[in-house]
Amino acid sequence: MGFLSSLSRWPVLQQIRKGDVHALRETARSPRSEQLRPRTEGADRVVQSICPYCAVGCGQLVYVKDEKILDIEGDPDSPISEGCLCPKGAATFQLVTGSHRVQRVLHRRPHGTEWEEVPLDWALEQVAQRVKRTREETWEETTKEGRRVHRTMGIAHLGGATLDNEENYLIKKLFTALGIVQVENQARI
Amino acid sequence: MAECHPVGFRWVMAAKSRGAKVIHVDPRFTRTSAVADLHVPIRAGSDIAFLGGLIRHVIETERYFLEYVLHYTNAPALICEDFKDTEDLDGLFSGWNEKDGQYDPASWAYEGTDVGPAAGNREHFTGQPYSERGTQSGAERFDFTLQHPRCVFQIVKRHFSRYTPELVEEVCGVPRELFLQVAEAVCANSGRERTTAFCYAVGWTQHSTGVQYIRSASILQLLLGNVGRPGGGIMALRGHASIQGSTDIPTLYDILPGYLPMPKDKHDTSFEQYVKLNGSPSGWWSEFPKYAVSLLKAWFGAAATKENGWRFDDLPRLSGDHSHMTTVSAMADGEVKGYFLMGENPTVGSMHGALHRKAMRKLDWLVVRDFALTESAEFWRDAPEIERGEVRPEDVPTEVFFFPAATHTEKDGSFTNTQRLLQWHHKAVEPPGDCRSELHFTYHLGRRLKELYAGSMEPSDQGLLTLTWDYPVSGESEEPSAEAVLQEINGFRVADRQPVGQFTDLKDDGSTACGCWIYCGSYAKGVNQTARRKPGREQPCVALEWGWAWPANRHMLYNRASADPEGRPWSERKRYVWWDEEKKHWTGHDTPDFIADRPPSYRPGKDAKGIDTLAGDNPFVMQGDGLGWLYAPSGLADGPLPTHYEPQEGVVENFLYGQQCNPGRMEWLRRDNPYHRPWDDPRFPCLITTYRLTEHHTAGGMSRWLTWLSELQPEMFCEVSPQLAREKGLTNGGWATITTARGEIEARVLVTERIPPLRIKGRRIQQIGLPYHWGSKGRVRGDAANELISFVADPNVSIQESKALTGAIEAGRRSRGRRVVTSGPLVPALSSGGHERDLPVVGHKPVGPHGISESRTQEGD
Amino acid sequence: MAAVGFFTDTTICIGCKACEVACKEWNQLPDDGLRFTGMSYDNTAALGASTWRHVSFIERPVPLTGQETGLGDFSWLLQSDVCKHCHRAGCLEACPTGAIIRTEFDSVYVQPDICNGCGYCVVSCPFGVIDRREDDGRAWKCTLCYDRLKGGMEPACAKACPTDSIQFGDLDELKDRARGRLERLHRHGVTEAYLYGADAAGQPGTEGLNAFFLLLDKPEVYNLPPDPVAPAMEAKPAWTSMAFAVLGMAAAAVGAVLMGRES
Repeated sequence: MGFLSSLSRWPVLQQIRKGDVHALRETARSPRSEQLRPRTEGADRVVQSICPYCAVGCGQLVYVKDEKILDIEGDPDSPISEGCLCPKGAATFQLVTGSHRVQRVLHRRPHGTEWEEVPLDWALEQVAQRVKRTREETWEETTKEGRRVHRTMGIAHLGGATLDNEENYLIKKLFTALGIVQVENQARI
Repeated sequence: MAECHPVGFRWVMAAKSRGAKVIHVDPRFTRTSAVADLHVPIRAGSDIAFLGGLIRHVIETERYFLEYVLHYTNAPALICEDFKDTEDLDGLFSGWNEKDGQYDPASWAYEGTDVGPAAGNREHFTGQPYSERGTQSGAERFDFTLQHPRCVFQIVKRHFSRYTPELVEEVCGVPRELFLQVAEAVCANSGRERTTAFCYAVGWTQHSTGVQYIRSASILQLLLGNVGRPGGGIMALRGHASIQGSTDIPTLYDILPGYLPMPKDKHDTSFEQYVKLNGSPSGWWSEFPKYAVSLLKAWFGAAATKENGWRFDDLPRLSGDHSHMTTVSAMADGEVKGYFLMGENPTVGSMHGALHRKAMRKLDWLVVRDFALTESAEFWRDAPEIERGEVRPEDVPTEVFFFPAATHTEKDGSFTNTQRLLQWHHKAVEPPGDCRSELHFTYHLGRRLKELYAGSMEPSDQGLLTLTWDYPVSGESEEPSAEAVLQEINGFRVADRQPVGQFTDLKDDGSTACGCWIYCGSYAKGVNQTARRKPGREQPCVALEWGWAWPANRHMLYNRASADPEGRPWSERKRYVWWDEEKKHWTGHDTPDFIADRPPSYRPGKDAKGIDTLAGDNPFVMQGDGLGWLYAPSGLADGPLPTHYEPQEGVVENFLYGQQCNPGRMEWLRRDNPYHRPWDDPRFPCLITTYRLTEHHTAGGMSRWLTWLSELQPEMFCEVSPQLAREKGLTNGGWATITTARGEIEARVLVTERIPPLRIKGRRIQQIGLPYHWGSKGRVRGDAANELISFVADPNVSIQESKALTGAIEAGRRSRGRRVVTSGPLVPALSSGGHERDLPVVGHKPVGPHGISESRTQEGD
Repeated sequence: MAAVGFFTDTTICIGCKACEVACKEWNQLPDDGLRFTGMSYDNTAALGASTWRHVSFIERPVPLTGQETGLGDFSWLLQSDVCKHCHRAGCLEACPTGAIIRTEFDSVYVQPDICNGCGYCVVSCPFGVIDRREDDGRAWKCTLCYDRLKGGMEPACAKACPTDSIQFGDLDELKDRARGRLERLHRHGVTEAYLYGADAAGQPGTEGLNAFFLLLDKPEVYNLPPDPVAPAMEAKPAWTSMAFAVLGMAAAAVGAVLMGRES
């Protein structure tokens, strides 16, 4: 049996049986070629997403295996994009997995010449304290004309067009409650 | 559109294959032009003249859609006797207030009445708020023959009467035959059976008269009956995944979620006053109190009661313009101490990068959240002025915190696309290292601040302390639930926290809470409607079951106009939404944008109030009078009609009016923000326009670090015509230096026929095209085009003018990286004698109508 | 299994390069150098070992039929180029190791586990498509997404293409569709439109391409050979002429010897 099966894999016999006289077709396929499958078949899950670049809102499929992203491509179900992506959308995989991404919180001291890695918790607490201090130093209850404004002009914000609605909502809600009016984003720019 | 929204352009190509004619009007021949039927090169900054020419053509050749115009627009309404047009006042409308340096719009109103606009300046900072003068439901006098000299139709006709094909040729550089081809194509493809759509992006908005560009298109489309109908409309092609969302739920200074205005110090002294001034007795904005109360209930919960005005007094007040450029200007003067940048890179993406860096050097602290260290994160050690030794990092006192951001694949949340469609993206994997979402950052910052302020009795802190901030968190990183936030945005009944189904369920008695009324319904029935994913091929083409569009899952706004006044489709071919006489309600392919059971025959009685004032044939429900406004009697800061003004820095004199530029424009008169001569500046003879390329994304934060995109457009370049190249000795692939009074940059040269010189009144005008994606960081680098651009803005929305300015170009790498901010003037001053931007009456505008002051400081002093 | 391939309709290409990037993403290809070429918007310049889709941008002083522009006599031709998967493939015939095969989809595939980097294929491609990568020395080119095809998926470039300029499918169906499109263009007066490599009759040197194109100008304008020939097709005449040459040289040698004797 073993001998017969090895014999049947003998290229010359395969060539004769399959009529592949030039040995350019199946008979020449390496085991790797035989077993080749799209890597997405091995995904643990496919997550539906939306392209993060422009505002067309193309559908994306994110293939995940072992908690790592394997591939990101267009979602054919989307009535907007029907599986297509532009070059930016098609490069999303590199955007989210690329080595350019900084993964630690960095701090530059006043007058410093380098970044220093700092713990996330520490940095968040420092920012909270800076907000409190600046807010108190610059609080403006009334204007020079005596009009009530109840705000700080000492703190400002920029950004939001690339963020989620839920994130913008929390930013606007928190900052307004803090009396910060200078909240802006790219929509105006 | 093919350049910056290739997949959106898929549908343009699909339409083209079915016989649609594609016309591209652009200073450049782009990828869109490459497949267009007709490409019209136009001088950057002259589109109002072009669109005005089309409006005139439609009126003069009587090609407007008469029935639509008569019933659905304010064409027959009579305007105040005091109104004077720009034709009468050499480029000014009546009402210019010399003392305040702005318009008093009283004389623009309908005769004897005043009506609230759907959007825009629903009141003025310094003027008398319209509503105090008694907003009413609509015009009271009409002339349905459209003959009365003071009816809107005749005013519009007269206003544009000089915008002839000959004038278009002179102003825009578009040969009249080409212009007439466009005009004829637009007319031939409008009416009952056919519609024409206009698509635009920031090429129309980034001008000192940007809002009026869009108004011009609105007038044209209303005249042709192309609004609220399938295949019609004016499509804003927005450039960021959620830029629409960040306007709806604004990270913008002047509005609250759902386009409720931020309160102003002068007038909005109490909640009652706020509602009175910003609501409207007629039209849909009459529902204003319900939305305002529900928002405050969402924010302040049980602490918001009728007795305490729903804690309205905890909201800060505006006292003028606090938009981006005003903030940065104040920052440069040392008035702002702390700054948050979340996913934005202003030193590359915004105008006048050097002024931004100067401003940031004056901060006590800066927080940057991004994927990589952008130019804005490293402004203190990587900038032209640092390379030149004008600024030393050791001298920059700003403390900087950099927080790495999570990507969209690492968090749940919704984006709102350019068609107002909310689409949920699901988290696929955990973010690496310390990368976190903005939701995480903001939630935990708020939580810590609440702890820091705990127990405070200061009135300034009560807003924060009473703010509802209970979002469930999960996982090791304590990520807050985005879905819980969406539930609050959608709104709920206070008593049992059950989600409300639609905004008509909202109440003004405090029994409902809703974070953004236009998003009400996005979580209807307790289901995340934005996450719906019924495949497109399994549903009709409007695809109502994919994601969720605001408002109320309406895909097309004002779609009542797709039916005739009696509620029947204008034609079978253009059937979309119609009145079902049998079932007595509106129906169709989309969610009808109208009161569901209001018959076409309904007419409001004399005592009608609120939404009952909307007649059955008033499709534009957000307007106080339910009509499309050819002429805007209120809401705009720079006139009821679009008027051609030249950019702040132009190549030619205004051929139409003595008033050269938009009289309402905002200027920042600072030594570090010098302007060129208004026209004919011998130092800066070329016209510059900026733009994006398919291969990159805005300031490059999401593209310049990626090899797959970087290799496609690896260096900053400028595009010039072969003629300009010959004149200046520029060689293809070589280097050029481009200069304005703000700075100098260098770029590779791409010599191409695609950016043609234009003939303007016998003169040849050379244009320089500049993509603006590069900076000093990332895998591919180059000078940032925006370093050349000044601070100057449109008065309605404070958008900058980066699509038309002047500059100079020379061959070679001559840039020494100079910036006026730190290197002092780059060019000798010129007298502006005989070159005035404004008529004398405007020229005496006091400095600082927008809170803008003369620069008090120079770097180093 | 039926033959599959690409029909690239250049008349609807918008030059967005989604195909280039989608290909790099799926196949995880490195960049091909970050350099500004000054050749219109084309900075990848050519197909190569790491660029398996390449978009050409051709600025021509010739108007496009059916288009009018204020620029006058000008048009911008955009074309996404790719391996042609020739019916008679020069690379495959030249490969001495059996690394290059014709797959069950009738595509031409380089097996990276077999390829030893000899480079014979590189000089044998009449289109200059296949190339060796500097780092590993092996030859690389478009695989027609062989792995995806095996999973019933379409190639990444065709899937991403926003305007369906790149169409993937059964070759016979594609040819029918292409002929229909061509007829329609001809009816609309675009008489210069033609199919490049759609059949053996039109391109005997390759016996037809499994990735063929609808073009609007001469092949040379797109940097395509007007008459590509797989080198082995020329083997017979080449052998014949070599035989004559050998004979001639022998005769000359004999003659020289004889002449030498005489002197």
